[in-house]
Amino acid sequence: MSQLKNFSKGFIKENPVFVLLLGMCPTLGVTSSAINGLGMGLATTFVLLMSNMVVSMVKSAIPDKVRIPAFIVIIATFVTIVQLTMQAYLPSLFKSLGLFIPLIVVNCLVLGRAEAFASKNNLVSSVIDGLGMGLGFTFALVTLGGIREILGSGKIFNITIYPENYVTLVFVLSPGAFIVLGYLIAALNKIKKN
Amino acid sequence: MNYLVIVIGAILVNNIVLMQFLGICPFLGVSKKVSTGIGMTGAVAFVMILATIVTYLIQHYVLEKFGLGFLQTIAFILIIASLVQMVEIILKKVSPPLYQALGIFLPLITTNCAILGVAILTVQNEFNLLEGVIFSTSHAIGFGLALILFAGIREHLDLQDVPKGLKGTPIALIAAGILAMAFMGFSGLV
Repeated sequence: MSQLKNFSKGFIKENPVFVLLLGMCPTLGVTSSAINGLGMGLATTFVLLMSNMVVSMVKSAIPDKVRIPAFIVIIATFVTIVQLTMQAYLPSLFKSLGLFIPLIVVNCLVLGRAEAFASKNNLVSSVIDGLGMGLGFTFALVTLGGIREILGSGKIFNITIYPENYVTLVFVLSPGAFIVLGYLIAALNKIKKN
Repeated sequence: MNYLVIVIGAILVNNIVLMQFLGICPFLGVSKKVSTGIGMTGAVAFVMILATIVTYLIQHYVLEKFGLGFLQTIAFILIIASLVQMVEIILKKVSPPLYQALGIFLPLITTNCAILGVAILTVQNEFNLLEGVIFSTSHAIGFGLALILFAGIREHLDLQDVPKGLKGTPIALIAAGILAMAFMGFSGLV
């Protein structure tokens, strides 16, 4: 498999959110606006990239029986780095993402890639896989966040598109997350079939 | 009175699955049948309450005492992972029938964000131990309520004539959205 294909598979064909249905909690929880989706996506991308890199480097040193706890510790380390850095430099984003930053640890996407890809492949492929999957995840979060923000508050990236009197508030509240994601997956299925 | 607010808030108003989006993976993954939903709820409730107690003690008597607050995420996830493993081993020995019923769900629970989420929320809200136990118990009930209601809806959805593109996950997500809308009706209670 060429590296380009390895990189681009995360966007549509094996998109972690739309196709693999991994990492649903942050996907639904933080996408009330496009900017939150972008922040969460990039934070996850960083963790995914670094954990894939480290896992592929130390894979031969970890006994098979304790590999899952070992992977979790590696992931938790990078999550803590993200958590502390974001708290220091981006306090407002940190506050709006809230609980979901420490919860990157239990994002099935990160552990899933470490287990299914990085522990079997070499350093370069693992880094590319982590970057591709992470950006695919970011793409999905920004799309979902953007649609919800336009429908629910009439804005995109905080730029007003239409007046607030015409918004459908439910789309930025929790039911909107489920419904928009449901229709997005249905639309994608339709596109893929044609 | 304070305890009642915690209970109603956790079960209905801030329902862990439908309002806070924690534990979506099992919510979508094991909700095809009501019976598996009940099994999953039992396993989650068991681990969630135990994990909250243990993480609370570690947070207050180890991490805070020695100024290691930044290790919270790493410490908590390790506690939960080992707790799940321990519960699995003990159950296998002590109560084989219970192990049979909950066994297959236990490994899935380590990566269930509801457990870690409730443990962190208990610390963030500065609850004492009793409040923490009530908080986690009500969250577990809320999780069970949402999961079992949703499993019931999905059992009926299987028999309906759903448009082709919406079959499977999309229609389940939309049904979950409508269920969440119903839960929004509780938002004035507390």
